[in-house]
Amino acid sequence: MAALTPILRKPLSFVLPVVAGAGAFFGLFLGTGNGSAITGVLLGGAIIAAMAYLFIAVLKNEQLSKWITIIGFAAVGLLVGGFALGGIILTIVGALIGLFYHWLIYWLYEGRYRAKLLPYLTPGQVAWHYGFRCIAGVIFVFLITPILVIIPLSFNAQDFFTYTPEMLRLDPAGFSLKHYEDFFTNNEWQRSLKNSLIIAPIATIISVCLGTLAAVGLSQSHMPFKGTIMAVLISPMIVPLIISATGMFFFYSDLGNFMENSLGMGKNFVGYVKVILAHAVLGIPFVIITVTATLVGFDGSLTRAAANMGANPLTTFFRIQMPLILPGVISGGLFAFITSFDEVVVVLFVGSAGQKTLPWQMFIGLREQISPTILAVATILVVVSIGLLTVVELLRRRSERLRGMSPV
Amino acid sequence: MSDISANGLVLAADGTPLKRSLSRAMRRQKLRALLLVAPLLIFVLLTFIVPIASMLFRSVENDIVSNTLPTTVQELGRWDASTSELPPEPVFEAMFFDMFIAAEAKRHTRLGTRLNYEQTGVSSLFRQTGRKLDDVGKVTQKPLEALDGAWKDGETWYAIFNAGDAPANKNLMKSQRGLLQRLTSDPASGDVNFSPSANITKLLPKAAREYTAWAIFTAVQDEKDPATRDPWESVYTALILDLKTADLSGYTGPNADLLKAAQAADLPVPVFSEAFADMDKDWATPVPWKTIQTHSGLYTSGYFLNAIDAQKSDDGVAWQPENKQILLKLFGRTLFMSLVITGSCILLGYPIAWLLANVSPRNANMLLILVLLPFWTSLLVRTSAWKVMLQQNGVINEVLVWIGLVPDADRLILINNQFGTIVAMTHILLPFMILPMYSVMQTIPLVYLRAAKSMGATNWTAFWRVYFPQSVPGIGAGSILVFILSIGYYITPEIVGGTKGVFISNRIAYHISSSLNWGLAAALGTILLVVVLALYWAYDRIVGIDNVKLG
Repeated sequence: MAALTPILRKPLSFVLPVVAGAGAFFGLFLGTGNGSAITGVLLGGAIIAAMAYLFIAVLKNEQLSKWITIIGFAAVGLLVGGFALGGIILTIVGALIGLFYHWLIYWLYEGRYRAKLLPYLTPGQVAWHYGFRCIAGVIFVFLITPILVIIPLSFNAQDFFTYTPEMLRLDPAGFSLKHYEDFFTNNEWQRSLKNSLIIAPIATIISVCLGTLAAVGLSQSHMPFKGTIMAVLISPMIVPLIISATGMFFFYSDLGNFMENSLGMGKNFVGYVKVILAHAVLGIPFVIITVTATLVGFDGSLTRAAANMGANPLTTFFRIQMPLILPGVISGGLFAFITSFDEVVVVLFVGSAGQKTLPWQMFIGLREQISPTILAVATILVVVSIGLLTVVELLRRRSERLRGMSPV
Repeated sequence: MSDISANGLVLAADGTPLKRSLSRAMRRQKLRALLLVAPLLIFVLLTFIVPIASMLFRSVENDIVSNTLPTTVQELGRWDASTSELPPEPVFEAMFFDMFIAAEAKRHTRLGTRLNYEQTGVSSLFRQTGRKLDDVGKVTQKPLEALDGAWKDGETWYAIFNAGDAPANKNLMKSQRGLLQRLTSDPASGDVNFSPSANITKLLPKAAREYTAWAIFTAVQDEKDPATRDPWESVYTALILDLKTADLSGYTGPNADLLKAAQAADLPVPVFSEAFADMDKDWATPVPWKTIQTHSGLYTSGYFLNAIDAQKSDDGVAWQPENKQILLKLFGRTLFMSLVITGSCILLGYPIAWLLANVSPRNANMLLILVLLPFWTSLLVRTSAWKVMLQQNGVINEVLVWIGLVPDADRLILINNQFGTIVAMTHILLPFMILPMYSVMQTIPLVYLRAAKSMGATNWTAFWRVYFPQSVPGIGAGSILVFILSIGYYITPEIVGGTKGVFISNRIAYHISSSLNWGLAAALGTILLVVVLALYWAYDRIVGIDNVKLG
């Protein structure tokens, strides 16, 4: 984007206090870390302000001052960290901090911060614009940090849920893969993973097949009692899980007794059937919602054209309709899969020990705080969910492109 | 191509009136649409709606009292509880025989547990009584066996009561089978190798009744042949009671002389009211009897009353004692915390939704990923993350101590209280607030704001009077969604909530899996369900179900 506003250099009386404040903010952390907060604030502010004055009033060369800052801060990091692995990382951190402060000084001094804003904004509005972005940034940090925090912890060499001093020093002895090893070798965890991988796909297939069929029916304009039927089909998503689980607990234990005693089925098999049925019904609303949403953009004249050219309804569905609504079906299926894969309450109530799923095992681990293997599992699940998110996002874009909406 | 018939109707190609032809085609299409939906509808009804309905039924169902103590309940119906007198002797007698069978089937403790919800102490009373019933029976068994050793022999009894080739009393057999079936919830079918003789049933009704129950129980539950085994002590008692009044003069069946000798001996019968008072002095007070009478109905409002800290006593509805009143408080806390969570989600979600709606689409997509990543991450992962963050040695406390804001000695207690639950659940539910807000804000043009400012509005006025009112639907949609979700949350409060930060759902789970008070769990669930459905109805009115969007 071209600059909207002609940018002007700002006076030192504006730049110096602001950068000093930024320096003081960082100094606060270093200072308290080393004993005295006041000293940290004063020193931090003074150093950054002095740097800014030196660059702007004396050196007057942006490229040169950039390298001076980066190398200077990197050298400080190296001195503090020593020549071990920790030192190298601190050097990089120092260089990044230097880069940031240099960028900040020139961003303010050259007035670059005004470049992309409307020319008529008052200084107060400009301050609010950036202040608001800082607030939003803090909220994003709140959203993401908890997920990121557990990832390094899963490599902990100790059996704790906390960062050890070795980990903070980045000492290789503080890290290990033993929790991952535990996850992949421990029978309990492997059995629960296997159970999850049995239950979730079967439940997903049931909900996708029935859900797609019903969504096709629901999207026809002649559908009678549409509102009521929709409400019934969506209800598993609306009713709180604990209530669904309570109802299912009563009903499915009777059903299980009936299947075991009167039909003579195996206890384990009946357990799987109960959990799969329960999970399938929980996944159905997601399939219905995504597939009906895709069908809204579906052009009905396509099926009529196919029928006109002699295709029977089945052919029309599989050759014309299905390829077009496939993205919706797949993302509905992914939602159903993640619902089942992530579900604890219902399986806790309906299943027995033989159907212990991965979330159930994690829940037990969290309640009794047995081992940080949970964190290794959590990290693996975060990676899986990033994968799923990517797939869903790609599907959404493809479907929008197919329907002629603007590609983003 | 249509023709017009003689009477002016428009005809279709095949000669039927066009109107009928069209309506038939329409009907066929409707039917096809219904057929497509039918499999799923049936599936959801069977696997979801029926279980929920069974929970609703559970919350009022109360047949355990009348199933366990059928004759006692009948007899108690004639007793006027308002007088402070004890029930009459027949009630005690009925109670003895009912309890005897229930104790043999080991169902008396379950009834004791059920009645204990209403009156503390009934559970232990029933348990103790069940243990001592045999002793009461022995009082009659010993003299009879001393009179003639043949009474020790199971075959003697079998000969007297079994019909063999003589006419049998099918009704008694059927009713006793039904009794055991209701008591043990086992179909009590199968061959018993016994049917009560019609003749002896008329002569010795109580003994025949008890012997039949014993024979069915022995054959079905213990899988033994009743022909060779000793009956329960209660059968001895019933026989001696019968012999007091029976007219045996015309009786010529098997072991007639034995029976006549026993009648002539005039053996002592226990006074049941005294026997019960001996077993436990509580039976000599009207309290347990009133409890049984009050709660003997097939359906009860007792669980719902318990769910709101009240109880049904013999003189109407009363509050529970102070120290047992926890559920209303818990409902209140659940509502309060859900409101706080909804409020903090609005506060945190609004700026994010605004930012997403007002930056360039490319940046919005990048930022949206930061919102969707937590949304897609497993709930357990996020909950464990918060456990890592909030605990005593957790990340937040470590950072605060390192900065020096908090002294090392007294770290903040962030977990196992309301604060922990609120923070963790705000984080978990925030995407559900941001996404509906974002989709509403996308449709609000920014030019309105500029127009307001150009006409002299301050920044705040322009936002508050122009932008905010247009974004209210998004806030409403997000709030109801978050509130519905949070009010029924179980996992996160269970892990980070400790005892102070739990919700009503945790209490439901506790009653399902630990205290086994399923009726109360069902009643609590029903109340919660009604609240959620009301909110859902409001959501549908305000936003419409069709507008629910995912991702």
